[in-house]
Amino acid sequence: MVNVELVKSPVVRPDERGHEADHPTSLVAAFGMDQPLRLDCGIDLAPFQIAYQTYGTLNADKSNAILVCHALTGDQHVANINPITGKPGWWQTLVGPGKALDTERYFIISSNVLGGCMGSTGPASTNPATGKIWGLDFPVITIPDMVRAQAMLIDSLGIGQLFCVVGGSMGGMQTLQWTAAYPERVFSALAVACSTRHSAQNIAFHELGRQAVMADPDWRGGRYFEEGTHPHRGLGVARMAAHITYLSDAALHRKFGRRMQDRELPTFSFDADFQVESYLRYQGSSFVERFDANSYLYLTRAMDYFDIAADHNGKLAEAFRDTQTRFCLMSFTSDWLFPTAESRDVVHALNAGGVRVSFAEIETDKGHDAFLLDVPEFLDIAGAFLNSAASVRGLPVTGA
Amino acid sequence: MAFQQQTLPLNSAVATPAPRGTQDYRGDHLLVAEMIKPGSKVLDVGCGDGDLLQLLESRGIDGRGIELSREGVNRCVGKGLAVVQGDADTDLINYPDDAFDYVILSQTLQATRQPRVVLENLLRIGRSAIVSFPNFGFWKMRVQLLVGGRMPRTENLPATWYDTPNIHFCTIKDFVVLCDEINVKMERAVALDLYGRPLRLNAPWWFWNMFGEQGVFLLSRASKSAQP
Repeated sequence: MVNVELVKSPVVRPDERGHEADHPTSLVAAFGMDQPLRLDCGIDLAPFQIAYQTYGTLNADKSNAILVCHALTGDQHVANINPITGKPGWWQTLVGPGKALDTERYFIISSNVLGGCMGSTGPASTNPATGKIWGLDFPVITIPDMVRAQAMLIDSLGIGQLFCVVGGSMGGMQTLQWTAAYPERVFSALAVACSTRHSAQNIAFHELGRQAVMADPDWRGGRYFEEGTHPHRGLGVARMAAHITYLSDAALHRKFGRRMQDRELPTFSFDADFQVESYLRYQGSSFVERFDANSYLYLTRAMDYFDIAADHNGKLAEAFRDTQTRFCLMSFTSDWLFPTAESRDVVHALNAGGVRVSFAEIETDKGHDAFLLDVPEFLDIAGAFLNSAASVRGLPVTGA
Repeated sequence: MAFQQQTLPLNSAVATPAPRGTQDYRGDHLLVAEMIKPGSKVLDVGCGDGDLLQLLESRGIDGRGIELSREGVNRCVGKGLAVVQGDADTDLINYPDDAFDYVILSQTLQATRQPRVVLENLLRIGRSAIVSFPNFGFWKMRVQLLVGGRMPRTENLPATWYDTPNIHFCTIKDFVVLCDEINVKMERAVALDLYGRPLRLNAPWWFWNMFGEQGVFLLSRASKSAQP
């Protein structure tokens, strides 16, 4: 009999997951029936809520606010201990006192995206009309929908223009959408490892992940909350596949090579003989403890639909024509999810629109995930870009 | 006496950290900056470490840059300059007509694959172009080839023939002929000596072609001015 080991089951109870979605451990901006969110699919969503965190202090003329947009599986806990995982914030390499996004000089806002599962309204939230979890009754949302909801949050904070919008991956998509939809409200934009549209290969990977979730019998057509199950195997496999795309061949080889996991010889089974297998299984099982499966379906779908040029007669340059926003784009040499060529296309469109843009490609073998990691050149350039934008905006500058 | 005159200003300069003065910039950069009207929008193709762009921005000029080397780009972006990674040969095509008041090609023409196409693109994107390049007709070059029989190497062009990025050398005279061929109007021409100082203005072309270490040209479209 060959040994078989599946991805481990989560220890979090379903009611715990549901609780964070409705009553998050962060600030909440609630929008009532009188403030509906008009979605791209044609539905008015009301009421709804956006969960967010802030760091630093808003200055008197409200000119130092930075909005941080999170990636697919990120959340609003950018620079504080995450209430679910107990781990440090996901972008503490970039955000904090003295960091590029200096919390001593800037007022940092980060919100959980619409459709997320950390307190902003999404498929894991309770539908107030029925008193049940939304599940698949939740309308399909888009990146522009997320940004429209963020704009309502920024309105509610009384902020007219953001000093900067910052994001990587799906967060970078939101950043670019901000500049296309509200150019006058974005003084500067820092978009990392992203694109203005999702490629066919990326849509394909997302479809693989969604099919893995939906193939899990515990998914129950999206009604797993009511039925007391959780599609942790399907979601775990989706995460494992996605995680490979966030790394690179070189990084996997450097970290794991063909090394064995706590053994000298193959066990002639389907046990995790290799370190890389063990690592992926860990990534899968730790992810399902903190993330909602339906939310994963909705957010990947939003990324798939994203195409700024399509909203501007197929001409990307039209989306950015004569915007006064100062742009900085960065890509990473080993990122095959959002390769440099895609950033370059965006840069060409910005140049064609006469927009002020900087673009740097950072050499690293860390793949797409490099934007979350301690990559000094990336962090230095981000800081320098913000510093130069700050001096033009009349904000305090470091090293002056 | 001469010693005292030199040391006194130096001491006062140390006491007060003055803003970056003109003496810190290269001679050809100062000359290029002086050719550009304040408030203009400028593209610097092959902007290197961004020294010229910094000089232009300090004079209220809206400067953008393209640079081939990743290291150069990242240093520029690190200085807060609007610079993108790109190649003069392949990326200029992505810029629309009349996008800039001036497009600068400083010490880069000789490193392009198709200098003629690049030059045409400069004057499509910009209303004016400023081009500077090392003059292969400089007397030191001629002497090295004539007497030494080897490919010339100078202080400013130290690379050997097999590892130089410069694949299309020309003389000042060659460049003037090309400008005539593609109907480009020469608004201003200056030859600089080995130390970046302008040669005397009323010298004949042959003199510049012999004693100019580099040429700096302000160009515009000849056909435009001929049109009504």
